Amino acid sequence: MNYGIVSEHQLEEIERAIQEELIANGVACAMLIDTAGNTIAKCDNGKSSYDTYAFAALAAGNFAAMDSMASLVGEQEFSLLYHKGENESIHFSKVDDELILVSIFGKGVSLGFLRLRAAELIDRIKKVCNLK
Amino acid sequence: MFIDLKNKEIQVKIVYYGPGRGGKTTNLEYLNEKFRHRIKTEMVSLKTQGDRTLFFDFLPVGLGEIKGYDVRIQLYTVPGQVKYNATRKLVLKGVDGVVFVADAMQEQRQKNVESLNNLHENLQNYHLNIFDIPLVLQYNKMDLRASGVPVLPVGVLQKDLNSRLRVPAFEASAVTGTNVVQTLKRIISLTMSSVQEKLI
Repeated sequence: MNYGIVSEHQLEEIERAIQEELIANGVACAMLIDTAGNTIAKCDNGKSSYDTYAFAALAAGNFAAMDSMASLVGEQEFSLLYHKGENESIHFSKVDDELILVSIFGKGVSLGFLRLRAAELIDRIKKVCNLK
Repeated sequence: MFIDLKNKEIQVKIVYYGPGRGGKTTNLEYLNEKFRHRIKTEMVSLKTQGDRTLFFDFLPVGLGEIKGYDVRIQLYTVPGQVKYNATRKLVLKGVDGVVFVADAMQEQRQKNVESLNNLHENLQNYHLNIFDIPLVLQYNKMDLRASGVPVLPVGVLQKDLNSRLRVPAFEASAVTGTNVVQTLKRIISLTMSSVQEKLI
């Protein structure tokens, strides 16, 4: 992928993968964002109405802050970043140095299952974008 | 910058930089008020209890269509205080254009220079050169002159901050809105030409 530009074909493949791995398995909304806060792809179950632009900016900031905290305590990164709410929870996964996958899901989805699906999805995204 | 070829959308990141209490957030608040009809979402502000920016403010502005592409300008501010440099660096990631908001009050003269030098260093972190990146200076708080507060003459501000950069500069007042929109228009036009150049 020429980073900064995603082809129509790549985006279609990414959206299909998000749909199949996450949305079809009960995740309310999932976004692929970059570390600068841009929204690259977003899919939802049609019932959620999140402000995804603000969400991407905050998620990128949050992730960057966690990354910096990791290095302060001598860690390369915190591989699991997860915020649990009463009804909705948010899970972050790093795709590569530039891309982050953000999933918003309700009580019906277990964290373990989500992590499994997210890992699968990240593999698919990497293949589509020719990332290592 | 991010270009979505499928949905024909371009996302561009512009950061308002400058010393603490200089008026970066006030610029965004004015724009948020002025362009309310164009901004579909709420402005996001991460503030301390004392109302100072802790991480960033975020305001997405739809610019309409350019050559069939929907252009979304994402405006960010950084915390100005010296001690928040780590967060300033994070916000600069992926920046396409910068507005440097200088505080024209006489007592802030040194802080402006320090903040501009800090911008230069932080851009280098991302292999960006302050002399190449689209940049506009804004000399804010010019309205204070009328109330007797000592304000630096524009010549001094130009000499301190713009003698080498030679970028567009505006005398402004973020509180009253004077030249706030003009500053934004200029940085958008500089940034969009730079984006176009990158694409060719």
